[in-house]
Amino acid sequence: MANDLFKMPETAVSTDEFIKGLWRENPVFVQVLGMCPVLAVTNSGINAIAMGLATTFVLVMSNILVSSLRKVIPKQVRIATYILIIATFVTVVEYLIQAISLDLHKALGAFISLIVVNCVILGRAEAFASKNTLANSFLDGLGMGLGFTFALLCLGVVREILGSGTIFGIGLFPDGFQSWVVMILPGGGFFTMGAWLLFFNWLKERNKKREAALSESGTGVK
Amino acid sequence: MNQIDLKQLTAPPNSWHMLRTLAGVGIFCSLLIVATYQATLPVITTKKLEKLQEAVFNVLPGAASKANFRLTPDGRFEPFEGTPKGETLVYAGYDRQGKLVGIALEAYGQGFQDVLHIIYGYSPEKQAVVGIQVLESKETPGLGDKIEKDPAFLANFEALDVSLSGDGQIQNAITAVKKGEKQQPYEIECITGATISSKAITAILQKSTGEFIPMLMKNLATFEK
Repeated sequence: MANDLFKMPETAVSTDEFIKGLWRENPVFVQVLGMCPVLAVTNSGINAIAMGLATTFVLVMSNILVSSLRKVIPKQVRIATYILIIATFVTVVEYLIQAISLDLHKALGAFISLIVVNCVILGRAEAFASKNTLANSFLDGLGMGLGFTFALLCLGVVREILGSGTIFGIGLFPDGFQSWVVMILPGGGFFTMGAWLLFFNWLKERNKKREAALSESGTGVK
Repeated sequence: MNQIDLKQLTAPPNSWHMLRTLAGVGIFCSLLIVATYQATLPVITTKKLEKLQEAVFNVLPGAASKANFRLTPDGRFEPFEGTPKGETLVYAGYDRQGKLVGIALEAYGQGFQDVLHIIYGYSPEKQAVVGIQVLESKETPGLGDKIEKDPAFLANFEALDVSLSGDGQIQNAITAVKKGEKQQPYEIECITGATISSKAITAILQKSTGEFIPMLMKNLATFEK
């Protein structure tokens, strides 16, 4: 993140803009943004994928539009314009989901409309798309969106296995399995989220220590 | 260079630019929404209708074909074709010989969190509710949503008595009882842990049957083929 602040707006297309959202700056596990849908709709794998893809669509489209209008939007009304653009694409995606599957629309419920206030999207419009070229903004939106989807899937799969004893609707356990109802209720979202954050922070610490050890031994040789 | 930037930053905002941006983006966005709405509307309407049609056969066991009827303002029923636009519809189901099996009705009522939308089947021959399906609900997952699939609860609606007394009204109003205490054919056994949702279903059925079943029985000849 800190690097971004000092980087000059680039004109060259950089694949790093795509990759950073997947892992290094993952919107959920690293930036901890957009927690409302992350915790609310991840009670099954299918819901998580649908929510992730819907958010990705809105993120990509709003990034494209914001980036292509970045030179004509006066700074006093930029937030209002961004929200207008985001809300439009959210409405579009809501109709599309309804047309694809009514059951899916029912399962996601009010959380589709709430994509409007998902701070990941406004955050990327303000922090990235308003300052970068169209191609880079597209890549940034796609990367962040897929990173978001990946994070939702991490939560959704764990919660579905423990809470319903299924994975993507396919039964995993024999009949005797007593599912943990709490895992598909909102509380389970917090438990799972906490466990994943613990895991990712542990991973980060371990990598840091390894790198430190490597550079120390590196200087030792010199 | 720096001075120009400073001037630009401190200059009063140009209203025309702001107006142009907001109006332009607004018009573009509205066009996009309208286009999507128009494009998806036929698909969504068809899907909703299909879902309702399936539900009619689910709540009327033995039905092989169906016909839609519309409630007229003077309390009678007439055949109805085409897409519904706010009318109160009932669905008559017939078996393979064309004999009336029963009539399916939609009903709405307050659930635990949001409005419940259900459809139930009524058999004039048995004078009973013979099936029920929840079409829309936002009940708590794992608890309240058991009203949709709990087999013991759904068994309540295989033959729920709603017979009429001599004066043309429901003899015994449908009532909710605790699990394991069902004694009368007009009682609904609640689900433990989903009492509010079970009672909501009871209330919806009680209101809807009280209102419609006397009307249906009066007009029964309309539905016979």
